[in-house]
Amino acid sequence: MDAPELEGIEVDVFVQALQKRHGYDFSQYAPASLKRRVRQLASQFQCKTISHLTERMLHEPELLPRVLEGLTVPASDMFRDPAVFRTLRENILPLLASYPHINIWQAGCAHGQEVYSLAILLEEAGLYERTQIFATDLSDRALQHASEGIYPVKDAQQWSRNYQASGGGQSLADYCSAGYNLIKLNQRLRRNVTFAMHNLATDGVFCEAHLILCRNVLIYFSNSLQDRALSLFRDSLVRSGFLCLGLRENLELASTARDFAPFIEPMRIYRVASHVETLSA
Amino acid sequence: MMTPAAIAIGCSAGGVDALQVLLGGLAPGLRQAVLVCCHSRSETTEIFRRVLERVSALPIAEAVERDVAHPGVVHVAPSGYHLLVESDLHFALSADPRVNYARPSIDVLFNSAAEAWGDRLIGVVLTGANADGAAGLRRIRQFGGTAVVQSPADAEAAAMPQAALDVAGADYCVPLLDIAPLLNRLCLP
Repeated sequence: MDAPELEGIEVDVFVQALQKRHGYDFSQYAPASLKRRVRQLASQFQCKTISHLTERMLHEPELLPRVLEGLTVPASDMFRDPAVFRTLRENILPLLASYPHINIWQAGCAHGQEVYSLAILLEEAGLYERTQIFATDLSDRALQHASEGIYPVKDAQQWSRNYQASGGGQSLADYCSAGYNLIKLNQRLRRNVTFAMHNLATDGVFCEAHLILCRNVLIYFSNSLQDRALSLFRDSLVRSGFLCLGLRENLELASTARDFAPFIEPMRIYRVASHVETLSA
Repeated sequence: MMTPAAIAIGCSAGGVDALQVLLGGLAPGLRQAVLVCCHSRSETTEIFRRVLERVSALPIAEAVERDVAHPGVVHVAPSGYHLLVESDLHFALSADPRVNYARPSIDVLFNSAAEAWGDRLIGVVLTGANADGAAGLRRIRQFGGTAVVQSPADAEAAAMPQAALDVAGADYCVPLLDIAPLLNRLCLP
Protein backbone atom coordinates (compact mmCIF):
# COMPACT_ATOMS: atom_id res chain seq x y z
CA MET A 1 0.00 0.00 0.00
CA ASP A 2 1.37 3.43 -0.87
CA ALA A 3 1.90 6.24 1.59
CA PRO A 4 -1.05 8.51 0.67
CA GLU A 5 -3.46 5.59 0.83
CA LEU A 6 -2.15 4.67 4.27
CA GLU A 7 -2.39 8.25 5.45
CA GLY A 8 -5.93 8.42 4.06
CA ILE A 9 -6.87 5.48 6.30
CA GLU A 10 -5.24 7.15 9.28
CA VAL A 11 -7.23 10.34 8.70
CA ASP A 12 -10.46 8.34 8.38
CA VAL A 13 -9.75 6.54 11.63
CA PHE A 14 -8.90 9.84 13.35
CA VAL A 15 -12.18 11.40 12.19
CA GLN A 16 -14.19 8.35 13.33
CA ALA A 17 -12.42 8.25 16.67
CA LEU A 18 -13.02 11.97 17.23
CA GLN A 19 -16.69 11.49 16.60
CA LYS A 20 -17.09 8.37 18.74
CA ARG A 21 -14.97 9.71 21.57
CA HIS A 22 -16.07 13.33 21.69
CA GLY A 23 -19.12 13.62 19.40
CA TYR A 24 -17.61 16.05 16.88
CA ASP A 25 -18.36 15.11 13.29
CA PHE A 26 -15.75 16.13 10.70
CA SER A 27 -16.68 13.43 8.20
CA GLN A 28 -18.22 16.00 5.86
CA TYR A 29 -15.24 18.34 5.75
CA ALA A 30 -13.44 18.69 2.41
CA PRO A 31 -10.60 16.15 2.61
CA ALA A 32 -7.55 18.06 1.30
CA SER A 33 -7.64 20.85 3.89
CA LEU A 34 -8.79 18.53 6.67
CA LYS A 35 -5.85 16.24 6.01
CA ARG A 36 -3.48 19.20 6.06
CA ARG A 37 -4.83 20.38 9.38
CA VAL A 38 -4.73 16.90 10.91
CA ARG A 39 -1.11 16.59 9.76
CA GLN A 40 -0.30 19.96 11.33
CA LEU A 41 -1.92 18.89 14.59
CA ALA A 42 0.16 15.72 14.60
CA SER A 43 3.30 17.78 14.21
CA GLN A 44 2.15 20.37 16.79
CA PHE A 45 1.68 17.55 19.33
CA GLN A 46 4.96 15.96 18.25
CA CYS A 47 3.24 12.82 17.00
CA LYS A 48 5.17 10.85 14.38
CA THR A 49 2.02 9.57 12.74
CA ILE A 50 -1.64 10.52 12.59
CA SER A 51 -2.38 7.21 14.33
CA HIS A 52 -0.31 8.43 17.26
CA LEU A 53 -2.33 11.64 17.29
CA THR A 54 -5.52 9.54 17.32
CA GLU A 55 -4.24 7.57 20.30
CA ARG A 56 -3.44 10.73 22.27
CA MET A 57 -6.76 12.33 21.34
CA LEU A 58 -8.55 9.21 22.63
CA HIS A 59 -6.67 8.93 25.90
CA GLU A 60 -5.94 12.57 26.76
CA PRO A 61 -9.30 14.34 26.74
CA GLU A 62 -7.63 17.58 27.83
CA LEU A 63 -6.21 17.86 24.30
CA LEU A 64 -9.69 18.20 22.76
CA PRO A 65 -9.96 22.02 22.85
CA ARG A 66 -6.65 22.40 21.02
CA VAL A 67 -7.60 19.67 18.54
CA LEU A 68 -10.87 21.42 17.70
CA GLU A 69 -9.16 24.78 17.35
CA GLY A 70 -6.50 23.28 15.08
CA LEU A 71 -9.12 21.60 12.89
CA THR A 72 -11.30 24.65 12.40
CA VAL A 73 -9.72 28.07 12.84
CA PRO A 74 -8.54 29.80 9.66
CA ALA A 75 -6.48 33.00 9.59
CA SER A 76 -8.46 36.21 9.42
CA ASP A 77 -8.01 39.95 9.59
CA MET A 78 -10.07 42.88 10.72
CA PHE A 79 -11.95 44.33 7.76
CA ARG A 80 -10.54 41.60 5.51
CA ASP A 81 -11.68 42.44 1.95
CA PRO A 82 -12.43 46.09 2.78
CA ALA A 83 -14.75 46.41 -0.23
CA VAL A 84 -17.10 43.93 1.41
CA PHE A 85 -17.20 45.96 4.62
CA ARG A 86 -17.69 49.14 2.63
CA THR A 87 -20.67 47.49 0.93
CA LEU A 88 -22.11 46.38 4.27
CA ARG A 89 -21.63 49.92 5.55
CA GLU A 90 -23.11 51.70 2.55
CA ASN A 91 -25.67 49.28 1.15
CA ILE A 92 -26.77 46.78 3.77
CA LEU A 93 -26.81 48.60 7.12
CA PRO A 94 -29.10 51.36 5.78
CA LEU A 95 -31.60 48.63 4.88
CA LEU A 96 -31.28 46.98 8.27
CA ALA A 97 -31.86 50.37 9.89
CA SER A 98 -35.59 50.04 9.20
CA TYR A 99 -35.90 47.25 11.77
CA PRO A 100 -36.54 48.23 15.39
CA HIS A 101 -34.22 45.46 16.53
CA ILE A 102 -31.46 43.86 14.47
CA ASN A 103 -30.03 40.37 14.93
CA ILE A 104 -26.76 39.47 13.22
CA TRP A 105 -25.28 35.99 13.25
CA GLN A 106 -21.58 35.66 12.65
CA ALA A 107 -21.27 31.92 11.94
CA GLY A 108 -17.79 30.50 12.48
CA CYS A 109 -16.38 33.59 14.17
CA ALA A 110 -12.92 32.02 14.76
CA HIS A 111 -10.76 34.50 16.68
CA GLY A 112 -13.30 37.27 16.32
CA GLN A 113 -11.62 39.77 13.99
CA GLU A 114 -14.80 40.14 11.94
CA VAL A 115 -17.01 40.40 15.02
CA TYR A 116 -15.19 43.53 16.11
CA SER A 117 -15.12 44.86 12.55
CA LEU A 118 -18.88 44.46 12.42
CA ALA A 119 -19.38 46.06 15.82
CA ILE A 120 -17.38 49.09 14.65
CA LEU A 121 -19.50 49.39 11.49
CA LEU A 122 -22.65 49.29 13.59
CA GLU A 123 -21.32 51.88 16.07
CA GLU A 124 -20.45 54.23 13.24
CA ALA A 125 -23.86 53.72 11.63
CA GLY A 126 -25.56 54.53 14.95
CA LEU A 127 -27.24 51.11 14.97
CA TYR A 128 -25.30 49.22 17.57
CA GLU A 129 -27.60 50.02 20.52
CA ARG A 130 -30.42 48.09 18.90
CA THR A 131 -28.33 45.27 17.49
CA GLN A 132 -27.56 41.86 18.92
CA ILE A 133 -24.62 39.97 17.42
CA PHE A 134 -24.48 36.21 17.89
CA ALA A 135 -20.90 35.10 17.31
CA THR A 136 -20.67 31.32 17.15
CA ASP A 137 -17.97 28.76 16.66
CA LEU A 138 -17.55 25.11 17.50
CA SER A 139 -14.18 25.75 19.13
CA ASP A 140 -14.24 26.78 22.74
CA ARG A 141 -10.72 28.14 22.53
CA ALA A 142 -11.59 30.24 19.49
CA LEU A 143 -14.57 31.73 21.33
CA GLN A 144 -12.38 32.48 24.33
CA HIS A 145 -9.84 34.20 22.09
CA ALA A 146 -12.61 36.10 20.29
CA SER A 147 -14.17 37.38 23.49
CA GLU A 148 -10.80 38.64 24.72
CA GLY A 149 -10.19 40.56 21.50
CA ILE A 150 -6.40 40.55 21.82
CA TYR A 151 -4.26 40.38 18.69
CA PRO A 152 -0.61 40.81 17.70
CA VAL A 153 0.25 44.48 17.15
CA LYS A 154 2.09 43.54 13.94
CA ASP A 155 -1.30 43.02 12.27
CA ALA A 156 -2.62 46.42 13.32
CA GLN A 157 -1.09 48.46 10.52
CA GLN A 158 -2.71 46.39 7.80
CA TRP A 159 -5.99 46.29 9.69
CA SER A 160 -5.90 50.04 10.03
CA ARG A 161 -5.48 50.41 6.27
CA ASN A 162 -8.33 47.93 5.76
CA TYR A 163 -10.52 49.97 8.10
CA GLN A 164 -9.82 53.17 6.16
CA ALA A 165 -10.48 51.38 2.86
CA SER A 166 -13.81 50.16 4.22
CA GLY A 167 -14.90 53.78 4.59
CA GLY A 168 -14.02 54.17 8.25
CA GLY A 169 -14.09 57.84 9.22
CA GLN A 170 -11.95 57.61 12.34
CA SER A 171 -8.82 55.69 13.18
CA LEU A 172 -8.77 52.04 14.17
CA ALA A 173 -6.58 53.11 17.09
CA ASP A 174 -9.63 54.82 18.56
CA TYR A 175 -11.11 51.37 19.12
CA CYS A 176 -8.19 49.62 20.77
CA SER A 177 -5.34 50.00 23.20
CA ALA A 178 -1.80 48.82 22.53
CA GLY A 179 0.98 47.44 24.70
CA TYR A 180 3.39 44.48 24.98
CA ASN A 181 3.28 43.89 21.21
CA LEU A 182 -0.45 43.34 21.45
CA ILE A 183 -3.56 45.30 20.75
CA LYS A 184 -6.76 44.86 22.70
CA LEU A 185 -10.07 45.84 21.19
CA ASN A 186 -12.17 48.15 23.33
CA GLN A 187 -14.39 45.83 25.35
CA ARG A 188 -17.32 48.20 24.95
CA LEU A 189 -17.48 46.86 21.40
CA ARG A 190 -18.68 43.50 22.70
CA ARG A 191 -21.46 44.81 24.91
CA ASN A 192 -24.09 43.47 22.48
CA VAL A 193 -22.18 40.37 21.37
CA THR A 194 -23.14 36.92 22.60
CA PHE A 195 -20.40 34.36 22.06
CA ALA A 196 -21.77 30.81 21.88
CA MET A 197 -20.82 27.31 20.80
CA HIS A 198 -22.54 26.19 17.62
CA ASN A 199 -21.58 23.51 15.15
CA LEU A 200 -22.77 24.02 11.58
CA ALA A 201 -22.37 20.29 10.95
CA THR A 202 -24.75 19.15 13.66
CA ASP A 203 -26.63 21.99 15.38
CA GLY A 204 -29.86 23.66 14.32
CA VAL A 205 -31.55 27.05 14.10
CA PHE A 206 -31.17 29.13 17.27
CA CYS A 207 -32.00 32.68 16.27
CA GLU A 208 -33.92 34.79 13.85
CA ALA A 209 -31.34 36.81 11.97
CA HIS A 210 -31.52 39.81 9.67
CA LEU A 211 -27.97 39.31 8.45
CA ILE A 212 -25.70 36.27 8.56
CA LEU A 213 -21.98 36.58 7.95
CA CYS A 214 -20.17 33.36 7.21
CA ARG A 215 -17.04 34.14 5.27
CA ASN A 216 -14.47 31.50 4.34
CA VAL A 217 -16.08 28.82 6.49
CA LEU A 218 -18.03 26.83 3.90
CA ILE A 219 -14.90 26.49 1.75
CA TYR A 220 -13.79 23.80 4.21
CA PHE A 221 -17.02 21.81 3.79
CA SER A 222 -17.99 19.06 1.35
CA ASN A 223 -20.82 19.88 -1.05
CA SER A 224 -23.38 18.17 1.18
CA LEU A 225 -22.26 19.96 4.35
CA GLN A 226 -22.19 23.26 2.47
CA ASP A 227 -25.78 22.54 1.50
CA ARG A 228 -26.73 21.76 5.10
CA ALA A 229 -25.22 25.01 6.36
CA LEU A 230 -27.00 27.01 3.66
CA SER A 231 -30.34 25.40 4.64
CA LEU A 232 -29.66 26.36 8.22
CA PHE A 233 -28.95 29.96 7.15
CA ARG A 234 -32.11 30.08 5.05
CA ASP A 235 -34.19 28.80 7.96
CA SER A 236 -32.59 31.29 10.36
CA LEU A 237 -33.09 34.40 8.24
CA VAL A 238 -36.12 36.66 8.35
CA ARG A 239 -37.91 37.33 5.08
CA SER A 240 -35.50 39.16 2.74
CA GLY A 241 -32.67 38.63 5.24
CA PHE A 242 -29.08 38.91 4.02
CA LEU A 243 -26.33 36.35 3.76
CA CYS A 244 -22.70 37.40 3.25
CA LEU A 245 -20.19 34.74 2.18
CA GLY A 246 -16.47 34.78 1.33
CA LEU A 247 -15.41 36.35 -1.95
CA ARG A 248 -14.35 33.11 -3.60
CA GLU A 249 -17.17 30.82 -2.52
CA ASN A 250 -19.02 28.82 -5.13
CA LEU A 251 -22.69 27.96 -4.55
CA GLU A 252 -23.29 26.29 -7.88
CA LEU A 253 -23.30 22.77 -6.52
CA ALA A 254 -25.61 23.42 -3.57
CA SER A 255 -29.31 22.78 -4.18
CA THR A 256 -30.20 25.28 -1.43
CA ALA A 257 -28.52 28.02 -3.45
CA ARG A 258 -31.77 28.58 -5.34
CA ASP A 259 -33.31 29.79 -2.08
CA PHE A 260 -30.92 32.75 -2.18
CA ALA A 261 -31.00 35.54 -4.74
CA PRO A 262 -27.80 37.44 -5.48
CA PHE A 263 -28.11 40.93 -4.02
CA ILE A 264 -24.60 42.27 -4.55
CA GLU A 265 -23.04 39.31 -6.30
CA PRO A 266 -19.40 40.50 -6.56
CA MET A 267 -19.36 40.91 -2.77
CA ARG A 268 -21.12 37.55 -2.36
CA ILE A 269 -24.08 39.14 -0.60
CA TYR A 270 -27.35 37.27 -1.07
CA ARG A 271 -30.90 37.72 0.05
CA VAL A 272 -33.41 35.00 0.89
CA ALA A 273 -35.40 34.51 -2.32
CA SER A 274 -38.99 35.69 -2.32
CA HIS A 275 -40.46 32.20 -2.82
CA VAL A 276 -38.98 30.98 0.47
CA GLU A 277 -41.12 30.84 3.61
CA THR A 278 -39.07 32.20 6.46
CA LEU A 279 -39.47 32.63 10.18
CA SER A 280 -41.15 36.02 10.10
CA ALA A 281 -41.33 39.31 8.34
CA MET B 1 6.01 7.16 -17.56
CA MET B 2 2.25 7.56 -17.98
CA THR B 3 1.16 10.53 -20.06
CA PRO B 4 1.01 13.45 -17.61
CA ALA B 5 -2.47 14.66 -16.66
CA ALA B 6 -1.48 17.97 -15.12
CA ILE B 7 1.28 20.56 -14.84
CA ALA B 8 1.64 22.60 -11.64
CA ILE B 9 3.78 25.74 -11.90
CA GLY B 10 5.09 27.83 -9.01
CA CYS B 11 6.86 31.20 -9.15
CA SER B 12 7.38 34.40 -7.24
CA ALA B 13 9.62 37.41 -7.93
CA GLY B 14 9.98 37.78 -11.69
CA GLY B 15 7.22 35.22 -12.15
CA VAL B 16 4.87 37.22 -14.32
CA ASP B 17 7.53 37.71 -17.02
CA ALA B 18 8.66 34.10 -16.78
CA LEU B 19 5.11 32.80 -17.04
CA GLN B 20 4.54 34.80 -20.20
CA VAL B 21 7.53 33.11 -21.80
CA LEU B 22 6.51 29.67 -20.58
CA LEU B 23 2.78 29.81 -21.33
CA GLY B 24 3.48 31.54 -24.65
CA GLY B 25 5.43 28.47 -25.71
CA LEU B 26 2.92 25.79 -24.75
CA ALA B 27 1.30 23.96 -27.66
CA PRO B 28 -2.34 24.87 -28.31
CA GLY B 29 -3.28 21.19 -28.39
CA LEU B 30 -2.12 20.45 -24.87
CA ARG B 31 -4.72 18.39 -22.95
CA GLN B 32 -3.17 18.70 -19.52
CA ALA B 33 -4.71 20.84 -16.78
CA VAL B 34 -2.22 23.61 -15.98
CA LEU B 35 -2.19 25.06 -12.44
CA VAL B 36 -0.34 28.27 -11.66
CA CYS B 37 0.58 29.57 -8.22
CA CYS B 38 2.33 32.94 -8.39
CA HIS B 39 2.97 35.02 -5.27
CA SER B 40 1.58 38.49 -5.68
CA ARG B 41 0.56 41.40 -3.52
CA SER B 42 -2.46 42.30 -5.58
CA GLU B 43 -5.93 41.54 -4.30
CA THR B 44 -7.29 40.02 -7.49
CA THR B 45 -5.81 37.99 -10.29
CA GLU B 46 -7.60 39.98 -12.98
CA ILE B 47 -4.68 41.97 -14.39
CA PHE B 48 -2.40 38.97 -14.06
CA ARG B 49 -4.83 36.84 -16.05
CA ARG B 50 -5.17 39.48 -18.75
CA VAL B 51 -1.41 39.66 -19.17
CA LEU B 52 -1.20 35.90 -19.54
CA GLU B 53 -4.18 35.72 -21.88
CA ARG B 54 -2.33 37.85 -24.42
CA VAL B 55 0.40 35.26 -24.86
CA SER B 56 -1.22 31.93 -24.06
CA ALA B 57 -2.82 29.65 -26.62
CA LEU B 58 -4.61 27.90 -23.75
CA PRO B 59 -7.48 29.68 -21.98
CA ILE B 60 -6.63 31.30 -18.62
CA ALA B 61 -9.11 31.12 -15.74
CA GLU B 62 -9.01 31.67 -12.00
CA ALA B 63 -9.38 28.33 -10.21
CA VAL B 64 -12.91 28.09 -8.81
CA GLU B 65 -13.54 26.17 -5.61
CA ARG B 66 -15.48 22.90 -6.07
CA ASP B 67 -14.86 23.12 -9.84
CA VAL B 68 -12.86 20.46 -11.62
CA ALA B 69 -9.37 20.99 -13.05
CA HIS B 70 -10.17 21.18 -16.75
CA PRO B 71 -7.81 19.68 -19.32
CA GLY B 72 -6.23 22.26 -21.61
CA VAL B 73 -7.02 25.17 -19.28
CA VAL B 74 -4.57 27.26 -17.26
CA HIS B 75 -6.02 27.65 -13.76
CA VAL B 76 -4.58 30.50 -11.71
CA ALA B 77 -4.70 30.33 -7.89
CA PRO B 78 -6.86 33.18 -6.50
CA SER B 79 -5.14 35.86 -4.41
CA GLY B 80 -5.39 35.46 -0.66
CA TYR B 81 -6.27 31.75 -0.62
CA HIS B 82 -4.33 28.54 -0.75
CA LEU B 83 -5.33 26.40 -3.72
CA LEU B 84 -5.60 22.65 -3.15
CA VAL B 85 -6.60 19.74 -5.36
CA GLU B 86 -8.86 17.04 -3.93
CA SER B 87 -8.27 13.40 -4.85
CA ASP B 88 -11.32 13.59 -7.15
CA LEU B 89 -9.48 16.42 -8.99
CA HIS B 90 -11.80 19.18 -7.80
CA PHE B 91 -10.35 22.41 -6.49
CA ALA B 92 -10.59 23.48 -2.86
CA LEU B 93 -9.59 26.81 -1.32
CA SER B 94 -8.26 27.46 2.14
CA ALA B 95 -7.91 30.62 4.22
CA ASP B 96 -5.39 28.97 6.54
CA PRO B 97 -2.34 30.99 7.59
CA ARG B 98 0.40 31.85 5.12
CA VAL B 99 2.98 29.17 4.38
CA ASN B 100 6.50 30.43 3.64
CA TYR B 101 5.04 33.94 4.02
CA ALA B 102 2.77 33.24 1.09
CA ARG B 103 -0.88 32.62 0.39
CA PRO B 104 -1.36 31.08 -2.09
CA SER B 105 1.62 28.90 -1.24
CA ILE B 106 3.28 26.75 -3.87
CA ASP B 107 4.01 24.02 -1.31
CA VAL B 108 0.33 23.72 -0.42
CA LEU B 109 -0.64 23.41 -4.08
CA PHE B 110 2.17 20.98 -4.93
CA ASN B 111 1.54 18.75 -1.90
CA SER B 112 -2.13 18.23 -2.66
CA ALA B 113 -1.58 17.98 -6.43
CA ALA B 114 1.10 15.32 -5.85
CA GLU B 115 -1.39 13.19 -3.95
CA ALA B 116 -4.16 13.79 -6.47
CA TRP B 117 -2.19 13.02 -9.64
CA GLY B 118 0.72 10.92 -8.40
CA ASP B 119 3.08 10.02 -11.26
CA ARG B 120 0.89 11.85 -13.76
CA LEU B 121 1.95 15.28 -12.51
CA ILE B 122 4.75 17.58 -13.67
CA GLY B 123 5.86 20.19 -11.13
CA VAL B 124 7.66 23.29 -12.39
CA VAL B 125 9.56 25.77 -10.20
CA LEU B 126 10.50 29.09 -11.81
CA THR B 127 12.15 32.28 -10.63
CA GLY B 128 11.48 33.51 -7.08
CA ALA B 129 13.10 35.00 -4.02
CA ASN B 130 12.15 32.51 -1.31
CA ALA B 131 12.06 28.76 -0.76
CA ASP B 132 8.36 28.11 -1.30
CA GLY B 133 7.80 25.16 -3.63
CA ALA B 134 10.92 23.22 -2.67
CA ALA B 135 9.22 20.88 -0.19
CA GLY B 136 6.24 20.53 -2.51
CA LEU B 137 8.46 19.61 -5.44
CA ARG B 138 10.11 16.94 -3.31
CA ARG B 139 6.66 15.56 -2.55
CA ILE B 140 5.79 15.51 -6.25
CA ARG B 141 8.91 13.43 -6.89
CA GLN B 142 8.13 11.11 -3.97
CA PHE B 143 4.80 10.38 -5.61
CA GLY B 144 6.47 9.55 -8.91
CA GLY B 145 5.84 12.89 -10.60
CA THR B 146 8.33 14.76 -12.75
CA ALA B 147 10.26 17.80 -11.49
CA VAL B 148 11.28 20.65 -13.78
CA VAL B 149 13.34 23.53 -12.38
CA GLN B 150 14.45 26.70 -14.14
CA SER B 151 18.26 26.94 -14.09
CA PRO B 152 19.02 29.30 -11.19
CA ALA B 153 21.64 31.13 -13.27
CA ASP B 154 18.94 31.87 -15.84
CA ALA B 155 16.31 33.02 -13.31
CA GLU B 156 15.58 36.65 -12.45
CA ALA B 157 15.62 35.55 -8.79
CA ALA B 158 17.69 32.42 -8.20
CA ALA B 159 16.68 31.57 -4.62
CA MET B 160 13.52 29.64 -5.37
CA PRO B 161 14.83 27.36 -8.12
CA GLN B 162 18.05 26.88 -6.13
CA ALA B 163 16.08 25.85 -3.03
CA ALA B 164 14.05 23.45 -5.16
CA LEU B 165 17.24 21.86 -6.51
CA ASP B 166 18.74 21.61 -3.01
CA VAL B 167 15.66 20.09 -1.40
CA ALA B 168 14.02 18.12 -4.18
CA GLY B 169 16.51 17.78 -7.00
CA ALA B 170 15.08 17.78 -10.50
CA ASP B 171 14.49 15.54 -13.47
CA TYR B 172 15.15 18.51 -15.73
CA CYS B 173 16.98 21.73 -14.88
CA VAL B 174 16.86 23.97 -17.93
CA PRO B 175 16.74 27.64 -18.93
CA LEU B 176 13.32 29.28 -19.12
CA LEU B 177 13.22 29.28 -22.92
CA ASP B 178 13.59 25.50 -23.00
CA ILE B 179 10.82 24.73 -20.48
CA ALA B 180 7.78 25.06 -22.79
CA PRO B 181 9.31 22.87 -25.53
CA LEU B 182 10.22 20.32 -22.85
CA LEU B 183 6.66 20.30 -21.46
CA ASN B 184 5.23 19.97 -24.97
CA ARG B 185 7.49 16.98 -25.58
CA LEU B 186 6.57 15.34 -22.27
CA CYS B 187 2.85 15.96 -22.69
CA LEU B 188 1.96 15.55 -26.33
CA PRO B 189 1.42 11.96 -27.51
